[in-house]
Amino acid sequence: MRLTLNVWRQKGPSDKGGFEKHSLSDVSPDSSFLEMLDVLNEQLIEQGKEPIAFDHDCREGICGTCGMVINGMAHGPQQLTTTCQLHMRKFKDGDEIWIEPWRAKAFPVLKDLVVDRGSFDRIIQAGGYISVNTGSAPDANEILVPKTEADRAMDAAACIGCGACVAACPNASAMLFTSAKIAHLGLVPQGQPERYSRARNMVAQMDAEGFGGCTNHGECEAVCPKGITLENIARMNRDFVKGMFIARQEPKAQA
Amino acid sequence: MATRTLSLADTTIGKKAVMAVSGLILLGFVLVHMAGNLLVFSGPDALNNYADGLRKLGPLLWIARGALIVAVVAHIWAAISLVKANDAARPVKYQVVQPVATTYAARTMRYGGLIILFFIVYHLAHLTFGVTVPGGYAPAPPAGMPGALSGTDVFYNVVASFQVPWIVGVYVIAQLALCLHLYHGAWSFMQTLGFNHPRYNPLRKKFAAAFATVILVGNLSMPLAIMAGVIKLPS
Amino acid sequence: MAQRNDELRDNAPSGPIETAWDRHRFDMKLVNPANKRKFDVIVVGTGLAGGAAAATLGELGYNVKAFCYQDSPRRAHSIAAQGGINAAKNYQGDGDSIYRLFYDTVKGGDYRSRERNVYRLAQISVDIIDQCAAQGVPFAREYGGTLTNRSFGGAQVSRTFYARGQTGQQLLLGAYQALERQINAGTVKMYPRTEMLELIVVDGRARGIVTRDMVTGKVEAHLAHAVILGTGGYGNVFYLSTNAKGCNVTASWRAHRKGAFFANPCYTQIHPTCIPVSGDHQSKLTLMSESLRNDGRVWVPKKKEDTGKKPSQIPEADRDYYLERKYPAFGNLVPRDIASRNAKDVCDEGRGVGPGGLGVYLDFADAIERLGKKAIEERYGNLFEMYERITDEDPYEVPMRIYPAVHYTMGGLWVDYNLMSNLPGLFVIGEANFSDHGANRLGASALMQGLADGYFVVPYTLGNYLWSERTDQKPVAADHPEVKKAVADVEARTTKLLSINGKRSVDSFHRELGKLMWDKCGMARNEAGLKEALARIPALRAEFWENLRVPGTGAELNQSLEKAGRVADFLELAELFAKDALHRRESAGGHFREESQTPEGEALRDDENFSYVAAWEFNGVGEEPTLHKEQLDFEYVKLTQRSYK
Repeated sequence: MRLTLNVWRQKGPSDKGGFEKHSLSDVSPDSSFLEMLDVLNEQLIEQGKEPIAFDHDCREGICGTCGMVINGMAHGPQQLTTTCQLHMRKFKDGDEIWIEPWRAKAFPVLKDLVVDRGSFDRIIQAGGYISVNTGSAPDANEILVPKTEADRAMDAAACIGCGACVAACPNASAMLFTSAKIAHLGLVPQGQPERYSRARNMVAQMDAEGFGGCTNHGECEAVCPKGITLENIARMNRDFVKGMFIARQEPKAQA
Repeated sequence: MATRTLSLADTTIGKKAVMAVSGLILLGFVLVHMAGNLLVFSGPDALNNYADGLRKLGPLLWIARGALIVAVVAHIWAAISLVKANDAARPVKYQVVQPVATTYAARTMRYGGLIILFFIVYHLAHLTFGVTVPGGYAPAPPAGMPGALSGTDVFYNVVASFQVPWIVGVYVIAQLALCLHLYHGAWSFMQTLGFNHPRYNPLRKKFAAAFATVILVGNLSMPLAIMAGVIKLPS
Repeated sequence: MAQRNDELRDNAPSGPIETAWDRHRFDMKLVNPANKRKFDVIVVGTGLAGGAAAATLGELGYNVKAFCYQDSPRRAHSIAAQGGINAAKNYQGDGDSIYRLFYDTVKGGDYRSRERNVYRLAQISVDIIDQCAAQGVPFAREYGGTLTNRSFGGAQVSRTFYARGQTGQQLLLGAYQALERQINAGTVKMYPRTEMLELIVVDGRARGIVTRDMVTGKVEAHLAHAVILGTGGYGNVFYLSTNAKGCNVTASWRAHRKGAFFANPCYTQIHPTCIPVSGDHQSKLTLMSESLRNDGRVWVPKKKEDTGKKPSQIPEADRDYYLERKYPAFGNLVPRDIASRNAKDVCDEGRGVGPGGLGVYLDFADAIERLGKKAIEERYGNLFEMYERITDEDPYEVPMRIYPAVHYTMGGLWVDYNLMSNLPGLFVIGEANFSDHGANRLGASALMQGLADGYFVVPYTLGNYLWSERTDQKPVAADHPEVKKAVADVEARTTKLLSINGKRSVDSFHRELGKLMWDKCGMARNEAGLKEALARIPALRAEFWENLRVPGTGAELNQSLEKAGRVADFLELAELFAKDALHRRESAGGHFREESQTPEGEALRDDENFSYVAAWEFNGVGEEPTLHKEQLDFEYVKLTQRSYK
């Protein structure tokens, strides 16, 4: 396959950045999108140029490290697929491809296609856990979890934190990510004691990070490689609003 | 690290809830308003009596108007503050955007909202204060006649106006914008307020489509019927 | 316990094994709660082991600094483990017990692990499940709400807990969330995108590390009272493996160069169920959970001529279900090394299928017929989807093609029963250490070991060490000569890598090294091949240092530079790997020496001569390392030749 690539290059967070055009021939349709970029990078190094920086790690669609907007779609044209699992057979010979980083105020570009998703970690820090110290757990079968609830919790817990939801959202909202964790932990009995404070604190932090709000476009759900649904956002809205009404203390967010 | 305390209205979800609740009130208004106005098909007496009936409500009418004004203001306030936050959330735009799931209606909410806002101003000026009614705002029929109380002959105002093509044009454009706005809003408020269940989700969209269609057909039937001469001024 | 003359002491308590850990915990000294915050602890790596350790130490009140090269601790490669985690809960009432899990693990490890460590692991396994369930890990459940189990990787009991095909992910997120909770509480300071490039040793004790900020390039020393490495395995020395692209040996290797012994580097687990290589562009191999072997049947054509045919055109009579044929008792569920080697054998015979003849079928047709497509979808849906995405073939219709790939390394830094290396103050946990799996790891045991080490072992043993060091609480001065030297070494190395300015990219060296390792130190090894590897590795290393090209500078995000540092260390490790493989003239678990096999071609151990842990001491690059032996005594498990017939 022959391809023309327009790749976003940006030296650092303060650089303005711009597109750089490359053509690539002999791309194997069986190679993954990242392997195609590997080949391009090898060429660049051979030419004495700097290779394109992009994030990736497991290359099997589970670590959530990789991600780029390909032809205007987060993780590219194949649904339920991370960039690393996208294969070149999804493209046609002669295609022109535009490759951009996740774009959001809360995901500053570090270099080329690499962005800083530390905001996601801070949202989890605000309450995305069940407070249980090591060693203080009761026997695992002492608390029964209905299979249906466990399955739904697992559906939400499948989130890999890649940030495609933010990248695809016209408002750069992080609600799908945040709600997936709130739903996962709010669906299991172990998560009930902190259910409402968790929703309050995580949403407060999400807002403080500078993500936009949800306007129910559904783009996040459509690009999510793990099929996290909008149902989680509805659930978060319920838990959050209820949480704000019953709160004895209003939440604080790191500014 | 600095921290700050947040109240519900400070948060995106709080603002969305304000948007949804005020939107829900406005949905109700739009439906009732249309239902009342459809009385125009039953002739001058029916419409003018209905207008009188509303007037007779007195303080209740003002409570309802107050609620509507609050809803409109809240809706606009939430919209502006969310639009600002949403725009700020992506300072550098994408070169290529290929929407996968979103609808035209969802993407144009802010513009549709603006059109509707301008339309509300015009609509009030037009049929409440009589601006642009051909031949001037009709005086109330004599005491004892239908419409006497309302201070104006509503039926005349409506029918005379919609014989003017550009006025019909304004209403058609506004109703199309409203329809799109409602199509997104009428399921979106449920999602925002937390009504989401896989079994019933298809119904949300169907409800929204049906609601938006009913409002569009209902509201446009009047100016179009008048323009087509189906409804005429009593001779 | 038997009298020992060997050099290395495991420091395990003597007496009955069942109470050894309890007695040891009682004997260990405790750090007063008020004093814990006075101790600084560095944790490198935030996977299951490192993440769990950092979180738990934070909960206990230590002052923890945690480091990972990923952009978030949630992304460590533990996340990719699919199948499950073993625990001797016996919830299924099918005869499991701590003793049985212990026994199975020692046997599965081909009698090359330390009994007392393994027993402790089996004991702790039950606590892990409790802890994880309390964290909200969505384990698979029965309709009644209790936890469900499956049989996994050759176990005769159902003791594997799982969360769909994403158990590693869910357990890691549990540890990650616990860690984030501690970061929020201020007990742990997290350094993501930060790579450890040197260990700081002062007066014979590990007292800190030198790191490079992978965004700004800043090189910095971090000092502490103890250093814990949970930095994973070194499977990427093979270039193609199921490891994440970033997985590397650098932290372990830097510690090894500073005096920590490296144990059993040749013990490599080759996983039988991976998606075969499709071409030269291949950058990594993808594992399909071994649980697939519960329902899939492995076969190849009986005749070479049939390998080109579509599988549907090959009648039942012409198929060779070779695992079922050779191992009737275990069938498709034989341990990983046996399944892998048999796949290699049939491919070597020319009966392999797919591109290059390097693949065997894993067929679900019978299972789909027996259980229905829906049941199969429920069990393996995500794996089938992943397979289809990669290969463009639908495994519901066409049998999967699988081939073995490097998956896990049992070797690692040598540690004693307390998980402390021979360098006082340097603890090594999870895959990075060598301890519990012997020569071969059982399925669903990696998660168990990582979490056991991180949640339940190192928090105790570290306290004991710190207590013994309490009189030496003075921090090492930032301008201590050892600190300055370590920082200067890192900077010099970075400068060197950037200034070679040769012609070849890092990846080209890595690929060449990987191919060499796979060919000569892969599934089957022999003296001639290993000697060849030992001749070629130093040559490749020399070329690397003369002909490498790393674009860019050190003061920015520079992925080529990161890779260069890692490959430089792999080039040193590879030599030790081959030396260890050459010296171990027996077959054991993941180490198969062609010279040492039974007439039927099964691995043959030499307990007389090799029942020991080979712990290597570094003497300089290219210098002969010193071999230290830790003799392995088996008091409880009777040594038998493994047989899965």
